[in-house]
Amino acid sequence: MSSTWMTTRAWLLMLPLLVVMVAVIGWPLVDTVGLSFTDAKLVGTGGDFVGLDNYSNMLSSSNFSRTLVTTTLFAVISVAAEMVIGVLAALLLNQEFRGRAILRALMILPWALPTVVNATLWRLIYNPEYGALNAALTQLHLIDAYRSWLGEPGTALAALIVADCWKNFPLVALIALAALQAVPRDITAASLVDGAGPFNRFRFVILPYLAGPLMVALVLRTIEAFKVFDIIWVMTRGGPANTTRTLSILVYQEAFSFQRAGSGASLALIVTLLVTLLAVAYAALVRKTAGSAA
Amino acid sequence: MERRSPAFTVFIYACALLLAAIILAPIAWLFIMSISPAADLAAKPLRWWPQAADFSRYRQLLSTAENSAGAAFTSSLRNSLEISGMATLAALALAIPAGWAVSRTPAIGWSLSMVIATYMLPPVALAVPLYMGLSHLGLLNNVFGLALVYLTILAPFTTWLMRSGFDSIPREIEAAAMIDGAGLFQTLRIITLPLAAPVMATSALFAVLLAWDEFFYALLFTSDQRAKTLTVAIADLAGGRVSDYGLIATAGVLAALPPVLIGLVMQRALISGLTSGGVKG
Repeated sequence: MSSTWMTTRAWLLMLPLLVVMVAVIGWPLVDTVGLSFTDAKLVGTGGDFVGLDNYSNMLSSSNFSRTLVTTTLFAVISVAAEMVIGVLAALLLNQEFRGRAILRALMILPWALPTVVNATLWRLIYNPEYGALNAALTQLHLIDAYRSWLGEPGTALAALIVADCWKNFPLVALIALAALQAVPRDITAASLVDGAGPFNRFRFVILPYLAGPLMVALVLRTIEAFKVFDIIWVMTRGGPANTTRTLSILVYQEAFSFQRAGSGASLALIVTLLVTLLAVAYAALVRKTAGSAA
Repeated sequence: MERRSPAFTVFIYACALLLAAIILAPIAWLFIMSISPAADLAAKPLRWWPQAADFSRYRQLLSTAENSAGAAFTSSLRNSLEISGMATLAALALAIPAGWAVSRTPAIGWSLSMVIATYMLPPVALAVPLYMGLSHLGLLNNVFGLALVYLTILAPFTTWLMRSGFDSIPREIEAAAMIDGAGLFQTLRIITLPLAAPVMATSALFAVLLAWDEFFYALLFTSDQRAKTLTVAIADLAGGRVSDYGLIATAGVLAALPPVLIGLVMQRALISGLTSGGVKG
């Protein structure tokens, strides 16, 4: 069979997917780019060409810079915490103890819980009048009076991060555990004979096996955390006083609450650009990690 | 395995208990809220264990009496089932041929890479044109419209899973069948697709989980019982003026049940899918 025919056949099989992807992703993306240069409203027709006005207005607004800081804080803290707790949990699950299989099976639960259900659950836990957190802390005499964890600017973002971590650290743990189980037993045994302490053993024997898979988990989690919408919308809608407003929430408000489609589009593209830059930087890092681990 | 000191063994068990408590406590509390009488949930100090289990909220939510909380909930349950089912079938129909083509003809692999790179796009970057497009086609607040939009998420992911699935089936098996006189489609039907059945099942499960979980597009593109999904219905309950928190918890338990059962039963397949993703990127 000729290779041209093979290639043509492959393209034909690929075609339905590509057509649908162009229709639901490619065309909307191009349209968003077009909209971002206009002052179009969500309803009604057209809108006038305004050049780069949307971009310059957006980039110079204090809303944007505040929201960028909030998003970065959310992404960096929650992903870092998920990585650390996830690896610790994986190291534990890699030990032998009774009930290990059950505990490992339980790890799938937070991951399988729908994001909106997770957000709702934590919203109930944090409830200022009847929430379990207030009840538990009061009964343990750690606080004197019930607090509004999601209603106070000082605690809302931290409360969201805890809820996000709880759902996502088990995934990191499962990925890290799979990598740990690929570490050959005789290598850890040999390092013991050579007198390596637990820390050096982790740093020089085990970490090289973890680095690759963890880097990928780190990339995927960071991109997701940067795009975060669901959990924040359900728990705080960006409040109180916009202290938990992330970039995706800001785009939603701009394009759909205030119906400024053009301005919202420009912000959406700025977010896309930031995520892409992040991904490219990470990809370089992954390649480097993979190279040094091999 | 190294010998462990008794102190270290105690430490391991203490950590295991702590981890189990962290994982289980919030989930257990969701369930306890769903069966606690409203008075217990509003009590101060809070009653952690209901005096009598009360399952009436489950009956209330699953009833289809008109204009009740149950009617809104059951219609959203049906919409979620329909939308995840349709979107999953459509995604697989696109992913299976495309995954096979890329697996057997690496020269076109770059096109799949481009499709997968769309994962970086925040949904907000597509939302306005999709909203206008659906509105133009009369597909706003419509289960077909939402299922179509879900392909933006489901199709790249399932194609990528199918590709790695086909990669693990040696092409020599296909070549042998063709030498024996089978045509291409016969070979695929008799040899390749049956071998790929487990990967198809895993891909379908992931697709169902993704669609079941989706919130952003559902929030934007649906407005009433004709198309609202479970995630939107629950967010409505949580953000609304419902005074009985147990009812919100019950809706959460019911919405979580299908994906949690899938997760527990299919855990081995799901974890290998996730970790192969973790290793291969």
